[in-house]
Amino acid sequence: MAINSATAYLDNAATTAMVPEAVLAMSQQLGIVGNASSLHAAGRSARKVVEESREAIADAVGASPSEVIFTASGTEANNLALKGFYWHRFAEGRNSIVTSPIEHHAILDPLEWLVKHENAKWLELDVDQDGQVKVEDAIKKIAAEANLISLISIMHSNNEVGSIQPVGEIAAIAAELSLPIHTDAVQSFGKIPLSFRELNVTAMSLSAHKIGGPLGIGALVLKKGLDLTPVLHGGGQERDLRSGTLDTPAIAGFAAAATLAIAELNSRASRVSKLRDRLISGVLAKVENASVNGAKDHLPGIAHFTFEGAEGDALLLLLDAQGVQCSTGSACSAGVPRPSHVLLAMGMNDKRAKSSLRFSIGTSTTEADIDLVISVIAPVVERARAAGLV
Amino acid sequence: MKVIAAMSGGVDSAVAAARAVEAGHEVIGVHLALSSNPQKYRSGARGCCTVEDSHDARRVADIIGIPFYIWDMASEFHEGVVDNFISEYSIGRTPNPCLRCNEKIKFAAVLNRARAMGYEKVVTGHYAKVVDSPTGPTLNRANDPEKDQSYVLAVLTQDQIAGAMFPLGDTHKVDVRAEAEARGFALAQKPDSHDICFVPSGDNAGWLRERLGSESGSILDEDGKKLGSHKGAYTYTIGQRKGLNLTVPANDGSPRYVLKIEPLSNTVVVGSHEKLAVSEISGSEIKWCGQVPGNELLRGFAQVRAHGQALPCSYKFDGENLTATLDQPLYGLAAGQALVIYDGDRVVGSATIDRTDQAIGSINGS
Repeated sequence: MAINSATAYLDNAATTAMVPEAVLAMSQQLGIVGNASSLHAAGRSARKVVEESREAIADAVGASPSEVIFTASGTEANNLALKGFYWHRFAEGRNSIVTSPIEHHAILDPLEWLVKHENAKWLELDVDQDGQVKVEDAIKKIAAEANLISLISIMHSNNEVGSIQPVGEIAAIAAELSLPIHTDAVQSFGKIPLSFRELNVTAMSLSAHKIGGPLGIGALVLKKGLDLTPVLHGGGQERDLRSGTLDTPAIAGFAAAATLAIAELNSRASRVSKLRDRLISGVLAKVENASVNGAKDHLPGIAHFTFEGAEGDALLLLLDAQGVQCSTGSACSAGVPRPSHVLLAMGMNDKRAKSSLRFSIGTSTTEADIDLVISVIAPVVERARAAGLV
Repeated sequence: MKVIAAMSGGVDSAVAAARAVEAGHEVIGVHLALSSNPQKYRSGARGCCTVEDSHDARRVADIIGIPFYIWDMASEFHEGVVDNFISEYSIGRTPNPCLRCNEKIKFAAVLNRARAMGYEKVVTGHYAKVVDSPTGPTLNRANDPEKDQSYVLAVLTQDQIAGAMFPLGDTHKVDVRAEAEARGFALAQKPDSHDICFVPSGDNAGWLRERLGSESGSILDEDGKKLGSHKGAYTYTIGQRKGLNLTVPANDGSPRYVLKIEPLSNTVVVGSHEKLAVSEISGSEIKWCGQVPGNELLRGFAQVRAHGQALPCSYKFDGENLTATLDQPLYGLAAGQALVIYDGDRVVGSATIDRTDQAIGSINGS
């Protein structure tokens, strides 16, 4: 659906519009026959597109092409990392999984499943009130249980408040102790500098649709020579670790979006940052008792607010009616809004957590979008606060 | 006008929302999440409170082109409706949770929130009418006598009635289904919900037993003679005949009915049908749907069940209690049910029944 001029789409952390380059790359493949695993000419030509795309994505993320395993989503990549490492290392008597409590549900839910059904143990790291993992606590806990740890998984940046995590420092201790470390980099990739090699992690999850690529395609970047237990069994198309016919058009779209995102990384980040500053100063000037959440070191496009006394649900509804589309950032369990686990882990109480709202700015966001929010925010918050009192 | 349409995922609220849109109102659809652990799928004909129901509501919102949200009212519903349901049964009364839901949730929590957010009314698929009068809006019976729901709305104050919109009041159910079909709603033939929405199994007694225990007690006749035993007096209701499992037959072989439930002694008293006769009903927690009457004796109609008959009566409000004297007695009436007074088709007000003049005395459950 086209967004008309009276609306402002500020939920780019949820998904983004595809960039024209990705639409073109993808649509060029849609009408062409060929299974990339077939041996004949049609198969070879699909394979060529897949491998060129793999090289482009590897290049964009600072990895070798053979380290890129395509999956159908970031969620699948996270599941493969968590379950794959857990099952693979279980025989060594390792059943501890280290993560923070502010991970995406695509980490926390498979973890919870492993705890419930597969005897896994959660070694939970502390986070501070800005939504960052406490490094010293992490190092201490990891060192103390090193011989029991199956996998460490720390998100590269948080999807709700935008705080960037100290993954490099934790990766250093992981390397010292020869422990695998995975990072969910779905929100960071294409937004801030990110190198698989330099970060020295074992595995990293990526997703295309957060950076102007198509939905339904992601990747797990996994160090060479490492083995995991697959989650999906079948034809073994991706290093025998992931099965399923490769989605050539989506992979081509992913590569086009990734290449563009990296080429424009700095200019996009500086533009998006300026819009974020404009939004934050505008909103804080208009609304009393509003505050901004997240760490100093944050993603350029996420502005996360708490509007004391106003429920996020009410704010969302009223803003939506004014054409402003944003998110409470909370998990949607069976469609029922719950206070965000991220905010609760940051030490917020239920009430404050429920009074929060995330605006996420993308490359398609304009100053007019930001100004629309600023022009409607005061009466909207006032109404939502009145609704919060009844 | 800006309005909120409460959409359960059933056919009635779907058509009501569609009609509000067509009448030119700015409508937002809201599905109330009333259970903190919603069932994933319906089993049988019970259409309420499942993920599938919220999906059905969402699809209707898509078709009629309105925004759609889910409002979490689970804690309000639990406190205002479910807890009340359990505590009423625990003291030997028979509550009507639909009334409490209208009173505390749909036309209180939802309406108040809607108003604070700048929305004037709550639209529902109830079969009832709001009629303008010189003294303000009144609540009236629907055109379809089979579906009329004015009884379960009789707890609304005039201010709440002013905030209610019932677009189906002039339509028969069969036509509402036909309209849903014509509008292309997939839920057009979805069965009506008849059960208590938060008891998905439909097994009230079993549901209550899980919460109130199953301490066995005696079933006595009116002379105090033991005729059998039961597993929880609260699973019985006044006037109940079936499921008593009595081992001693009545002298004259006639059927016996539950006359009285005594929660303190966990005793159920049974007796003959004529002992169920009631001609004077008294209640408290009075709600007037319009002007408060004076303390004179007035003529009207009393209704004591959701789909019961309207019985000619005289009634009087003494400032605290409402008492109705029926022209003809009725048989079997439980405390906790609502006494609703009508003036023709107009709802005058309601009370929660505390006392009836049964032959064996008061059934005051407190």
